Amino acid sequence: MANAITSIFERPVALQETVTHYCPGCTHGIIHRLVAESIDELGVRERTVGVAPVGCSVLAYNYFNCDFLEAAHGRAPALATGFKRLRPDMIVFTYQGDGDLASIGMAEIIHAANRGEKFTTIFVNNAIYGMTGGQMAPTTLPGQVSTTSPHGRDVATAGYPIRVSELLSTLATPLYIERVAVHTPRHVIRAKQAIRRAFEYQVKGLCFSLVEVLSTCPTNWGKTPDDSIHWLEDNMVPFYPLKRFRTPETAGEVR
Amino acid sequence: MAKILMKGNEAIAEAAIRAGAEGYFCYPITPQSEVAEYMAKRMPEVGGVFLQGESEVAVGYMIFGAASTGKRVFTTSSSPGISLMQEAISYMAGAHLPAVIVNIMRGGPGLGGILPAQSDYFQSVKGGGHGDYRVLVLAPSSVQEAVDLMMLAFHLADKYRAPVMLIGDGMIGQMMEPVEFPEKYEEEPLPDKTEWAATGSKDRKPRILKSLFLDPEKLEKNSWELDDMYKVWRRDEVRHELYKVNDKNRILIVSYGTMARICQTVIDELEAEGISVGLLRPISLYPFPTEQIHAEATKKNIEQVLTVEMSTAQMLEDVQLAILGKKPIDFFGRTGGIVPAPEEVRAKIMTMLGCSEPKAAPAAGRTAAAKKATARKKR
Repeated sequence: MANAITSIFERPVALQETVTHYCPGCTHGIIHRLVAESIDELGVRERTVGVAPVGCSVLAYNYFNCDFLEAAHGRAPALATGFKRLRPDMIVFTYQGDGDLASIGMAEIIHAANRGEKFTTIFVNNAIYGMTGGQMAPTTLPGQVSTTSPHGRDVATAGYPIRVSELLSTLATPLYIERVAVHTPRHVIRAKQAIRRAFEYQVKGLCFSLVEVLSTCPTNWGKTPDDSIHWLEDNMVPFYPLKRFRTPETAGEVR
Repeated sequence: MAKILMKGNEAIAEAAIRAGAEGYFCYPITPQSEVAEYMAKRMPEVGGVFLQGESEVAVGYMIFGAASTGKRVFTTSSSPGISLMQEAISYMAGAHLPAVIVNIMRGGPGLGGILPAQSDYFQSVKGGGHGDYRVLVLAPSSVQEAVDLMMLAFHLADKYRAPVMLIGDGMIGQMMEPVEFPEKYEEEPLPDKTEWAATGSKDRKPRILKSLFLDPEKLEKNSWELDDMYKVWRRDEVRHELYKVNDKNRILIVSYGTMARICQTVIDELEAEGISVGLLRPISLYPFPTEQIHAEATKKNIEQVLTVEMSTAQMLEDVQLAILGKKPIDFFGRTGGIVPAPEEVRAKIMTMLGCSEPKAAPAAGRTAAAKKATARKKR
C-alpha cells in the first residue's frame, strides 16, 4: 500500500483533452474548468447542452465534453430559450462574452432573464472585444484605451460602461445573479461556488441564473499576464463590485 | 371529416398542430397575428410550447434552439419580420436544422403596408440571408392548399434537415374558406432524428450543431453538401399545377398564389369568348418548375407568355431563365398591397393579342371591381 498512487487532481470529465487556443494569461480556461467541475459534481454532463457565443469563446464546444449549439452573435439566450422550452429535462447554459451579451445581445439576455428562462448564463466580462482585436465594448472602462478608443473611452460620446449584473438585478424575475472574479486563487474558489450554485438552481428547476466573471485579456490590454491581474484588481473590481446581487431568498424583495 | 370554414391564418396554425408541431415561437405582426393568437390557445391544449419572443431576431434563434432538440417547430411572420429572421434562417441552413417558417406577405419595401403582396419572392427563393444556401419555398393559392402544404412543409423539413418556407400573400392569411383536415395524418418514413439532435452526450461523443467552419476546406465541403441536396430538390421536389393548358392555348400565364386564382377567373371568362389561355402555377417556388415552364411555353401553339405577380416583376426573372428567350414574355403586376381585379389581367391579355376590349358592360357582380380597375388605369 505504501506505493499506491492516489489521483488528487484530474481533468474534469466535462472537459475534453485538447490544446487551448486561448492566449497566455487569459482566464477563459479557468472559467471553462469551473463550469466543467460544476457539471461533473452535479452529475448532469450527459444531459447538458451548452450554447457558444461569438467571440473568443466561440470555440467553447472544442473544450466542453457535452452537446453544444453555436449561436449567432448575441443570440445565445434565444437559442437556449428555444432548446430549454422544448426539453425542460435538459441542463442548458450559455457562455457569453461582454461584446456578445452586453452589446449586440442585450435584448436577448434581458428578455430571457425577465421571462425567467430556466437556463444558466456564464457571462465573461473582460472589458473589451477580444477575438476581433481589442475594440471598445459596452463594458470598457472610462479612459480605457482600445483599438476603437485609441485616446481612451470618452464617456461624453461613448457613455459609461454598462454594469450588466446590476442592470439585470432591476428585474423582478431572475433568481440568482452574482459577480465574481478569477484573478487569485481565493477569487477562483468563490467563483466556483457561484457557478456551481447557478447550475444547482437549474437542476432544482429554479432560474434564471447568471454569473458574471471578471476576466483578463493580456493580449488586447497590452499587458503581461501578471500586470493584467493587477490591472483587473485595481480598475475593474472597483467599477464592477464583486457581489451577490440576487438569490432566490432575496428575489421577493424587488417584486 | 366535414369541411369547416376557417380563416387562412388559423387553418395554417391548426395544420401545424395536426402535423405534430411541438414548439411555436412568434412576434406579433399584421397580417399574420391570428396564427399567434390561435397558437396561444391551442398549444397548451396539445401539450406544446407557445412563446411570444422579444423580436423576430430572437424568435429566429428560438426556432434554431428548439429545432436542435429534434422536435417539430415553426414560426410565422410577415415581410418585415421575415427580414429580421433571415440571419437565423441562414444559420439553420448552415447547421442542417429542420424548421418551418411561414411568411404571410405584405407590401414592401421597408415598413411598406399591411395589405397582400408577393414582393418577397426574391428574398424567399434567392436566399434572403448570407451564404451559399437555399430554402425550399412552397406557395399555396387557397386556404385548403395552405393546410396541405403546411403539413408537407414539416415533412420536407425533416426529410432534408433544412428550413422550409411557406409563403402566402396576406389574402391567404386573411380570407376564410372551407377546409378539410385529414382524418389521420400519415407520412412516409423519415430519417431518425436521434442521429443528429442534441439529446445529451450519453454513451456517445458530443454533438455540435453549428454553421461555423473556420477551416475553408470544411466550409466548402458543407456548402457543396448543401448544394447536392438542392440538386435533389430540383429533381424530386418541384411542384406545379396546370390549369386549362391545351394545344389551343395562345397565351401561357405563369402565376402563383392568390394571383394565380385571379388568373383562373380570367381564363374561364376568355374561354367562354373563344380565347384560349392556359395557366402554369408554380407551387414550389424553389425548386422552381423551370423545365415544366420551358416545356409548356415552347409548344408551337403558344404565341406569348405572360407572368402575373403582385410585385414589380420578381418571379419574371425565373420565367425568363426557364424560357431562354424562345418565346416573347410579357408581365403584368400590381403591388404595394393592391390585388388586381380580373379585368386588369384580362385587359393586359387583350392588349397582348391585339384585341380591343368590347365596350359592353362587365359581367354581373364585377361592376364595382371593373370600375375601380378603370379608375386605376386613368391614374
